[in-house]
Amino acid sequence: MLKEIGPAIKITLLLTLLTGLIYPLAVTGVTQILFPHQANGSLVTAGGKFAGSELIGQTFAKPGYFHSRPSAAGSGYDGTASGGSNFGPTSQKLTDRVKADVDKFQKENPGHTGPIPADLMTASASGLDPHISPDAAEAQVDRVAKVRGAPADQIRSLVASATESRTMGFLGEPRVNVLKLNLSLDNRYPLSR
Amino acid sequence: MTTPGVLQIVVFFLVVVALTKPMGLFLTQVYEGRRTFLHPVLRWLEALIYKLCGIREDEEQKWTQYSFALILFSVVGVVLAYVLQRAQGHLPLNPQNFGTPVMTPDLAFNTAVSFVTNTNWQSYSGESTVSYLIQMAALTVQNFLSGAAGIAVAVALTRGFARQQVKTIGNFWVDLTRGVVYVLLPLSIVGALFLCSQGVIQNLKPNVVVQTLEGAQQVIPMGPVASQESIKMVGTNGGGFFGANSAHPFENPTPLTNFVQLVMIFLIPAGLTYLFGRMVKDTRQGWAIFATMSLLFLIGVAITYPAEQAGNPILTKLGLDSTSGNMEGKEVRFGVSASSLFAVVTTDASCGAVNAMHDSLTPLGGLVPLFNIETGEVIFGGVGAGLYGMLLFAIVAVFIAGLMVGRTPEYIGKKIEQKEVKMAMLALIATAASILIFSGISSVVDFSKTGYWNPPGAGTANLTNSGPHGFAEILYAFSSGAGNNGSAFGGINTNTPWYNLTMGLDMLIGRFLFIIPLLAVAGSLAAKKRVATTSGTFPTHGPLFVGLLAGTVVIVGALTYFPALALGPIVEHFLMYSGKLFAAVVGSLPIWS
Repeated sequence: MLKEIGPAIKITLLLTLLTGLIYPLAVTGVTQILFPHQANGSLVTAGGKFAGSELIGQTFAKPGYFHSRPSAAGSGYDGTASGGSNFGPTSQKLTDRVKADVDKFQKENPGHTGPIPADLMTASASGLDPHISPDAAEAQVDRVAKVRGAPADQIRSLVASATESRTMGFLGEPRVNVLKLNLSLDNRYPLSR
Repeated sequence: MTTPGVLQIVVFFLVVVALTKPMGLFLTQVYEGRRTFLHPVLRWLEALIYKLCGIREDEEQKWTQYSFALILFSVVGVVLAYVLQRAQGHLPLNPQNFGTPVMTPDLAFNTAVSFVTNTNWQSYSGESTVSYLIQMAALTVQNFLSGAAGIAVAVALTRGFARQQVKTIGNFWVDLTRGVVYVLLPLSIVGALFLCSQGVIQNLKPNVVVQTLEGAQQVIPMGPVASQESIKMVGTNGGGFFGANSAHPFENPTPLTNFVQLVMIFLIPAGLTYLFGRMVKDTRQGWAIFATMSLLFLIGVAITYPAEQAGNPILTKLGLDSTSGNMEGKEVRFGVSASSLFAVVTTDASCGAVNAMHDSLTPLGGLVPLFNIETGEVIFGGVGAGLYGMLLFAIVAVFIAGLMVGRTPEYIGKKIEQKEVKMAMLALIATAASILIFSGISSVVDFSKTGYWNPPGAGTANLTNSGPHGFAEILYAFSSGAGNNGSAFGGINTNTPWYNLTMGLDMLIGRFLFIIPLLAVAGSLAAKKRVATTSGTFPTHGPLFVGLLAGTVVIVGALTYFPALALGPIVEHFLMYSGKLFAAVVGSLPIWS
């Protein structure tokens, strides 16, 4: 049966060449021609510089911006350390973190009444979630409008135009891209510096 | 639960049903060596591989030769993957300059075994450890090869049922080559192009540093992701390019890519049930297996989705909106429904890709993935692994039925005798023993702090959670290893020599002490005569058999794992509703008082 050693080594090397080099390099070549924007990270620019990727969330802490979800990626939205908190439902640390975030949220958004949208108080799976739910955006509209000196209804219409609905009406969930929303805020109602 | 949420589960299932027959017909053509619509484009490549490797296409192998070829091929794969990883610091296509020190010997061993056994457990996080060359030439390659090897075994076992009075069960090299050339490669190319069009990245550039709107610096990771992503799904491998796996926006950017990835997981496993029916010349037998798998799949979703939708009562009390469900560890674009569906599908199959962090699932929501893995991932299952695992349960099921009526059991016209039952039991017991023994030892073992074997100290010091959930992290890890799944309750840090080596062993046991007994069964069955169906034959294509088979899967799983599961997710469920919290890990388990 030792005659099988030859085929074993040869086929491993040959298929490594085929599926490990030719295949990924060919796909790279084709996608760089067909979908260069997507293949290179869907980057967005602001003021001529790269300001991020429309698919990757960023930390927003200033009151004039819509805030993203809590992130467990590094010290927050670290692109080199994607991941979730991995806290189980009975984790003391999870409860402590949520409690602190709830207090902070209530201080920052005194106008908000009722339950807080859960996504805004929980860490995502990737730590890079670019979205918040429409409810989570609505909960922040008053604060942003006040800081930006703009009517709340105008801000609301910006939120509406940054909202994506379910694909084909049933796939996934409605969502607001936080970076895109904040970029359009900066365009329409720049923060006074 | 929401209407769109239920609808996407139903539509997903209907798409799988619709694709089963066409995929199965195509697979049958490929593995019976008949001409397919891809032959004009790809036949030259298949022939070239045979020529260069000295493989004779028409030569058949006995089960011993077939197993030996598979083992030899796996050994070469492990060695090559190990060497490449260890040498990554000296090889090109490494723009982030990941050196050899991060790729320790135990980590490289674990990863090599992990990818060769189609497990894709990852003790590392791709974006901070592995160069582009290694992602492509070591890991992507094994995604193809381990997948093709799994399908080959399922086809060989099917031949055991289909043939009579012969000694051979096919040729491993030919089955392997056909799987790569006609099935996995074309599907991966189409999948990669689609995924990239939706935003999955595919380049060889170094990471990009951007300035965020608030003026901070953010690193945007880069790499050849789409090409690995598509084979990761169609080969039910599940090893992510990034640490966050299919939750990462660059791996799975939209609800549509998520839906397509789900279909990619079940596509080949579902098709193989049809191949089985076709090759044994009774398609009802294939559909009976398909029906059993569907039943168990739907039960799993029906438990996990409501559990996740109900959310975490502890957080609701703090003022969170309970209607949005448990969102810790989930992405907004997928939400509760698509995340629950993914968690069930990825563990029904031995895929192990995740779009939500399983560690943060509710206790019952996490119980289903864990139980799915422990029953051997036979609900559609991994490519090949699902079918041969379910056929093993079919052997056990007809054996039990035979005991009840006092007749020699038969399946597909083959008498199931001592040898078949012994081999099936060997496979079941080996994996169960590996899971339970390693979990048990790791729960109590203690090492010196900052020592070599486990720098954090005790085996439980590597956990993020404590109490029953901490125990579940360990149990999930070894279940995932032996089940060749690769998903995790990710709070456990397994990148220490103790866990890397025990998990490596766990994966090898789960793969080869399962496959080799089954190939022995294939050889034994192929040599037998097909007996004629009589009025006394127990029909294996009707609802009675579907119920018996599903019952066997659940009962064998429950009998084996109930005590362990009771100490983990089940007790945690009740504690969560009583508001009990667990602080940091201290000492060894159990520490929940």
